Amino acid sequence: MNTGKFIRCLTATLLIFAVSAFSSLSASAERLRGTVSIDGSSTVFPISEAVAEEFLTVQPRVRVTVGVSGTGGGFKKFLAGETDINDASRPIKMKEVNTSNKNGVGFIELPIAYDGLSVVVNRKNDWVDHLTVEELNKIWQPGSLVKRWSDVREGWPAKEIRLYGPGTDSGTFDYFTETVNGKAGASRPDYTANEDDNALVQGISGDEGSLGYFGYAYYAANKDKLRVVAVDGGKGPVVPTEVTINSGAYAPLSRPVFIYVRPDALDRKEVRAFVNFYIESAPMLATEVGYIPLPDSVYKRAMLRVETREMGTAYHDGAMPQSADLLADKEYPHE
Amino acid sequence: MKSSLARANDNIQKRHRKAGLFRLLCASVTWLGAALLATLLIQVTLDGIKWLDLQFLTSFPSRFPYKAGVKSALVGTLWLITMIAFISIPIGVATALYLEELSSKGKVGKIIEVNIANLAGVPSIVYGIIGLAIFVRGLGFERSLLSGALTMSLLILPVIIIASREAIKTVPMSIRHAAYALGATKLQTAWAHVLPASFPGILTGVILALSRAIGETAPLIMIGALTYVAFLPEGPMDAFTALPIQIFNWVSRPQQEFHELAAGGIIVLLAVLLTMNATAIFIRQKTEKKLQ
Amino acid sequence: MNEQAMPKPLDVNQDRSGDITRTRARWGEFLIESSLGLCATISIITTSVIIFILARESLGFFATVSPIEFFFGTSWVPLFEPSAYGVLPLLWGTMLITFGAALFAVPTGLASAIYMSEYASPQMRAVIKPVLEVLAGIPTVVYGYFALTFVTPLLRMLMPDLQVFNALSGAIVVGVMILPTIATLSDNALRAVPDSLRQGAYALGATSYEVTTRVVLPAGLSGVMASVLLAISRAIGETMAVTLAAGATPNLSFTFLESIQTMTAYIVQVSMGDTPAGGIAYQTLFAVAALLFVITLILNIVSQWILSKFREVYE
Repeated sequence: MNTGKFIRCLTATLLIFAVSAFSSLSASAERLRGTVSIDGSSTVFPISEAVAEEFLTVQPRVRVTVGVSGTGGGFKKFLAGETDINDASRPIKMKEVNTSNKNGVGFIELPIAYDGLSVVVNRKNDWVDHLTVEELNKIWQPGSLVKRWSDVREGWPAKEIRLYGPGTDSGTFDYFTETVNGKAGASRPDYTANEDDNALVQGISGDEGSLGYFGYAYYAANKDKLRVVAVDGGKGPVVPTEVTINSGAYAPLSRPVFIYVRPDALDRKEVRAFVNFYIESAPMLATEVGYIPLPDSVYKRAMLRVETREMGTAYHDGAMPQSADLLADKEYPHE
Repeated sequence: MKSSLARANDNIQKRHRKAGLFRLLCASVTWLGAALLATLLIQVTLDGIKWLDLQFLTSFPSRFPYKAGVKSALVGTLWLITMIAFISIPIGVATALYLEELSSKGKVGKIIEVNIANLAGVPSIVYGIIGLAIFVRGLGFERSLLSGALTMSLLILPVIIIASREAIKTVPMSIRHAAYALGATKLQTAWAHVLPASFPGILTGVILALSRAIGETAPLIMIGALTYVAFLPEGPMDAFTALPIQIFNWVSRPQQEFHELAAGGIIVLLAVLLTMNATAIFIRQKTEKKLQ
Repeated sequence: MNEQAMPKPLDVNQDRSGDITRTRARWGEFLIESSLGLCATISIITTSVIIFILARESLGFFATVSPIEFFFGTSWVPLFEPSAYGVLPLLWGTMLITFGAALFAVPTGLASAIYMSEYASPQMRAVIKPVLEVLAGIPTVVYGYFALTFVTPLLRMLMPDLQVFNALSGAIVVGVMILPTIATLSDNALRAVPDSLRQGAYALGATSYEVTTRVVLPAGLSGVMASVLLAISRAIGETMAVTLAAGATPNLSFTFLESIQTMTAYIVQVSMGDTPAGGIAYQTLFAVAALLFVITLILNIVSQWILSKFREVYE
């Protein structure tokens, strides 16, 4: 090979190296491949779906699947190592933490947004002005004999009350029953139970005497079909709005919602990129979907937790978080 | 007092009037059924047609109705058809061939025949549960195209076998006898003579069975296909979604726009089915002439 | 005459094992025949596997729950505390839908079959038969859509107190769904009745109504009954339309206007996001599916038996 040709070859090779080195420097141009599997809460699903959809524009080759098995059902799969991320509308339970230890599957708890769990009735319902927590308890407690609206409060019509709510796999169910009935999972069973919140919206919107509960986002997306009820937690009736949820005035049904990530899943570049993208876009997308963004400091804390792979839950005493929780201040035990 | 002849005439007229009314009743009921079908199809078309455009066919599902589309669902369905065809056609046709041509038609044959007829009547959701237990969990295929295709293949296998047997039965015995007379064995006759002759009938039956498989939702839900999927599968082990699943997902949402999107998805699904059925009928007509 | 010049008659089954060129072909053929036979056994394997899996999980279920509670209990609350495992509400929901569907589909389907076989001209038949085939091929999720967006709103205009999820909508669309089955199979059964019977009756002065109801229908009754049983079996196994339209409340009520839950809807709704293995929830799936399987199996067997035993054979 003569010198001229050699020099041309060398230049070409160097050029190729330079170009590829340059393109790999800009991380956003890096085309990631792989899968991210998410499952869990139907309450958090709208956020995860939105994040997955937006992530597609940034990293089109990463395949994200989002399922809706309910917080409990999702945790079962998460702790068996079948999913990378679990959407959760309640903190992880003690029982699930034990399973995590037994299976050797760690978890990183990341708060994502605030939700004001909403109690809704049919649009044509004109007699309910507000409901106290005691009245909610009367309606929903196990063995409750409330059959008509007149059983709830004097002066209300004797119309039959028909109940709609999430099923037992739902974190919203756990949270509501614990907050209203005092024990997670304690509820009267004779209502239309469906993990699919959309079905609940459909049912309530067509049933005059109906009453149901689910995440605020599902009310926000269907304001034309439903009426939200003000809840009196002891300080007067409060309607859930962005303001009242943020300020903590809508109590006791305001709650943070989470995603839980497996630390070993974070070893995969695409999962890492996705989780970072999730936390970055959470304020904007949570608002769009109808939830309330957390304070910036909380998101920064969450990012840090991902970086350091900090595991464990802040709710190890088993109590459900109330709106007054400012998670940034909570101490996270190191596992 | 009327004469007996007059009374007889009255009686005849009354009976004929009754017959006329009866005929009218049957006719109107039948046309009512046709009208019902027309209403359903017109309703679906009116609801969905405004969403039906190229963007709809080439977009992934989205939380925004105006952005949403059936791309992943359509491609998933096409993947499913192909895989199901590859799995179920060889087994189904081989079984039919064996039962008709090669087996001794004794007790064992009768048992298999009854067995297949029963399998054809098992609800599709039971196949879904079996698919969940065997393919998703037992063999560990998870929520993949492979699990879906295997489950659906089990579902339509009896249909293919029955249809193929019918097609094989219609091949005249003269063809077989001619082959035997020339010294061919049963297998050679079956493979080289009966099979080609019955091929159009088998093809028709296979296409109809496949079109049934495409429309089934319940088994796919059972194996876990009900997730948000915004990518195209690249291999048999990938997660997927399919047209009926996407339609079900959209119908379940309370917003009106999603119902209309579901209607659009239904139009696409019906279009696929119509194409397959038309192909089957076309093949049947073309080759019926040939055999004549 | 030279006897040895006469060719031997050709015998297909003659043993030619001494023929070398045929031996290799024999082995290949044997292999192919065996593999074909193996394919045939796949259907037997499938049935055995279905029965095995359903039985195994159901037995696990019945180890925890007494069969008496399951079959006679009137409350189905498997996922709450305190739990109850009486399957009757689910069974009742299925029966309600099936009964309502049959109420609609049997007279209509039969009338259509009679019209097609006795009255319609060949041109009309050529139009109606494909229409019925199309109806039969429509996926069930489309019927669910139809129920939610068309039937339920229509019914709620007539009956404002109707819930969104109710048994009536479900029954109506399932009825439309099984209509083609009854119509086509009954039509086949009626056409199989030889024309000579009809002509004989006409010759005696009978009207078409009398011929149909007193000659043709009785003659084809076994086929008609078999078709009805088959259609009912389909209605029982129907999933998507009832999941979307009939609701998710196990309910032993006697009215069509309330939300109910069928066996099939329960199976789907519990596993909407695919149920994790193990645990009582997983086992209830199989117990209910086993019941469903047994019911449809019995219906199918009875239908086939009726066809074979009572079919009147002419010539």
